[in-house]
Amino acid sequence: MRRPSLAARLAIHAGLLLITFATLYPVLWVIKMALTDSQAFSLSVNPIPWPITLRNFQDVVTTTDMEGHWLFGRQLLNSVVVSAATTVVGMILACTAGYAFSRFEFPGNKAGLKGMLVTQMFPGVVMAIPLYILMDRLHLLDSLTGLTLVYSTTAIPFCVWMLKGYFDTIPRELEEAAIMDGASQWTVFTRVMLPLVRPALAVTALFSFMTAWNEFILAATFMNGARSYTLPVALQHYVGDYSTEWGRFAAGAILVSIPVMALFMLLQRHLVEGLTAGGVKG
Amino acid sequence: MTQGLDRSGAWQRTAAGLLLMALLLPGAPARAVEELVLWHVYHGREKEGIESAIKAFNEDHPELRILPQDQPFNGFSSKLRSAIPRGNGPDLFIYNHDQIGGWADAGLLAPQEVPGDIIAPALEGVRYKDQYWGQPLACKTAALFYNPELLPRPPGNDGELWETAHRETRNDRYGLVYEATSIYHNAGWFLGAGGSFFDAQGNITVDTPAMAAALDFAHRSVMVDRVCPEEATAVVVAQLFNDGKAAMVINGPWFLSEIDADTPFAVAPLPQPARPMLTVESVFVSAYAEDLERAKRAATLLAGTEYEEMRIAEARQVVARERDYPDEVLEAFAAGARTSVPTPNLPQMALIWEPGNAAFRRVVRGASTPEEGAEWMQRRAEILNRPLPPASDPRPTLIVIGLLGLIAMLWTTVRARREQLVKRIWASRPAYAYLAPAAVGMLLLLVLPFVTGSALSFFAHRAGEFRFVGLQNFASILFAQDYPITDPLSFYFTLGVTTMWTLCNVVLHVSIGMAIAMLLRDPWMKLRGFYRVLLIVPWAIPNYITALIWKGMFNKQFGAINGLLELLGLEPVGWFSQFWTAFAANLCTNTWLGFPFMMVVTLGALQAIPRDLEEAAEVDGASRFQRFRHVVLPLLRPALLPAVILGTIWTFNQFNIVYLVSAGEPDGGTEILISEAYRWAFSREAQYGYAAAYAVLIFAVLLLYTRITDRISARAKGV
Repeated sequence: MRRPSLAARLAIHAGLLLITFATLYPVLWVIKMALTDSQAFSLSVNPIPWPITLRNFQDVVTTTDMEGHWLFGRQLLNSVVVSAATTVVGMILACTAGYAFSRFEFPGNKAGLKGMLVTQMFPGVVMAIPLYILMDRLHLLDSLTGLTLVYSTTAIPFCVWMLKGYFDTIPRELEEAAIMDGASQWTVFTRVMLPLVRPALAVTALFSFMTAWNEFILAATFMNGARSYTLPVALQHYVGDYSTEWGRFAAGAILVSIPVMALFMLLQRHLVEGLTAGGVKG
Repeated sequence: MTQGLDRSGAWQRTAAGLLLMALLLPGAPARAVEELVLWHVYHGREKEGIESAIKAFNEDHPELRILPQDQPFNGFSSKLRSAIPRGNGPDLFIYNHDQIGGWADAGLLAPQEVPGDIIAPALEGVRYKDQYWGQPLACKTAALFYNPELLPRPPGNDGELWETAHRETRNDRYGLVYEATSIYHNAGWFLGAGGSFFDAQGNITVDTPAMAAALDFAHRSVMVDRVCPEEATAVVVAQLFNDGKAAMVINGPWFLSEIDADTPFAVAPLPQPARPMLTVESVFVSAYAEDLERAKRAATLLAGTEYEEMRIAEARQVVARERDYPDEVLEAFAAGARTSVPTPNLPQMALIWEPGNAAFRRVVRGASTPEEGAEWMQRRAEILNRPLPPASDPRPTLIVIGLLGLIAMLWTTVRARREQLVKRIWASRPAYAYLAPAAVGMLLLLVLPFVTGSALSFFAHRAGEFRFVGLQNFASILFAQDYPITDPLSFYFTLGVTTMWTLCNVVLHVSIGMAIAMLLRDPWMKLRGFYRVLLIVPWAIPNYITALIWKGMFNKQFGAINGLLELLGLEPVGWFSQFWTAFAANLCTNTWLGFPFMMVVTLGALQAIPRDLEEAAEVDGASRFQRFRHVVLPLLRPALLPAVILGTIWTFNQFNIVYLVSAGEPDGGTEILISEAYRWAFSREAQYGYAAAYAVLIFAVLLLYTRITDRISARAKGV
């Protein structure tokens, strides 16, 4: 495709820089509070911190419990395990379901897809207590497995819809050709289709990960004790009835968002270069 | 192909490994049987203080060993209500006394014996229905903080307070800074004038001259004498005091942790005749504790004199007994506690806070006189204090539900016959095999909890009692008589706001996200990766903190947005005092939070569009916009549609931004349906049945919405 003129490109860059700056402007305060040696909320118009200190980060990272166990490491591990497991479980379930909805004609196809949508309409306010009782019955309270299962089912509907929509854009001739060559349905699914929907897989993976990574209400209700909490729950400990330790909260918030950014950096190659190199053309 | 094979093998191994880890990571180390679990919500200094006290306690009383577990403050009370009756709760817990009534009625607490040396207000605080329910541990009251460099001595009475406040208000400094729109921070003047929230029968009595006096005090300090800035939130109060721009501050002991190390300060009791409201932090014993006697003994000993020293020195707490303190700050708080009045612990106290704060906001901004404000507060609290509807006979409802079920079954069988469903289902086994895992998970973890939860909408819950009331919850939501349809409490008003909220958000998220994605996809764009990563930051950072930063940016006097307007020569805007500006503030925050997701989705969806189509259009002379409109957009639609539909549903049910940014201001006008449901369930005396009825109605509205969009898209296809 033709490159626009230099002037047009400069204008686009200027616009993007402005948007990026406006987007990051509120974040400057998070950074300021994290780097200032105070637990007060910063409201001044000036978002530049001075003098700066890493004490808040140090406080957050080095928290221990009464027996001297290193809590931050443990909670980070909990968070990583739950989020990664949610992503994997959610993606496996969503890929198969999305593929079935896109490629098979069967009774209940439309209704099932609608049903997925309908589950997203359930207001969480009525579900919290029954879900707690259910997890109690299944002996999944205070367990990362329980959290993983709940998070993955929450993430599935979006992933299924997203993947179904993406599968729909892939021409059927590709599969038919593979089946003619003697490949089984399963081989077609894993070897032909999945590589083709990489951009959608990247989006849904990021979404599933985020569903689990930042959730704290259910995690705080289901888990007991500092050693089983995930990081967002631990962060909530800096929030009190009337007072909040803003410095530590901000430092923690930055630490929590770093893995998300790293994951996005990793995934964005698939997000934007999904099909450009391949030989698939509509 | 081999490379792909290897990779997928590695992928599967990683997956299996992660699952295994999730299964094997133990939740918490198995605790020894004899340990007493204690939940608390302390953080910072107080957490350290209570933990040292418990350490010392465990050494002195190994047979009563306590295991402290700190819990997040948000949602603690509802966690107790879920966990304790199912035997998952703690043996002991520490919390404020003001929910004793609700907990005792729900059967969560065991009554206790309280030692005789506890100060009278604290004793009264833990008494409910002629029994004592907690061991008073610490007393928290509001007091007067002042800057000793500005004032040599604190004002001793009301008259001196005003005089000092006037004298010290000049240039950019304020004489008396406090949260003037919060009922808690003004309660001292209500209680000091002899006011009481309830009469002896538990009826709400806030429409009194005493409340009008407190409302007048707040109005005068902000709008008449202007000794206190407008929109003085907790954040503003702390900042002004730390900057030396506040001579006096009214706040509780938690303010101590917000004062910077180099800020000079001193504390005095509230000036006469004010009497502060007392919060008694107490040790409670769960009625479901494994060994009640041991738990009670541990609670009494832990709150006893032996461990007071530690809590005073490390946690800086004022204890519930008469004693000497090492410094003047704690002495001042202790003096305040002596004359204080405890917060009522009746369950209906939960209904006072919200109308109380709203009334103060109304009067401070000048929308009502103090007398009208007190009357308004009374009426609001009475509306929320709905009498328990009469019990209904469950049989008619059950028969109707049974009949509906029967009809549905009949209809399905008839259809199944006609369409040879069984045969077709059998033939589609492979498809179901692909679907089964997801379907089972969703039925169990989403559908089942929703159905059981919705069943609660046929019940009313007050004071631990569930009563079957049929459809009366729905009737009272849909056909409310207590207020007009334009009142923010009205279902239809809130529905209108919610619809507008959803529509504006989705349009902005999609258009901004799509526009940026279009700019960021072209290969000739330098620094694409750099922009992309920076632009997802709003999605990556926990929104609890960023939403509050936005709230701060919208502050009338100190926020960055009004600062910017002033630079442009415009008048500052009181964002949260009018409906439209408050709505815009919420919308702005949520757009900032929501567009990165749509950008990522669009970036993914754009990859499905073959470039050669666009190139062909370009050769034919189509402009950039025409190419987007006629080539890209139609091809984007299938992949983008799910995100748009789901985005609509999520926004409809997203309550935390409204809750954190505008908090419903003004007068609850910017609340959306889901935040109303949350309020009924969690901050209005746990009226679960009413909240469930709200939730069912929300569900019905959303269902209707998808039906309508289905019709529209079907018609569009037909044309």
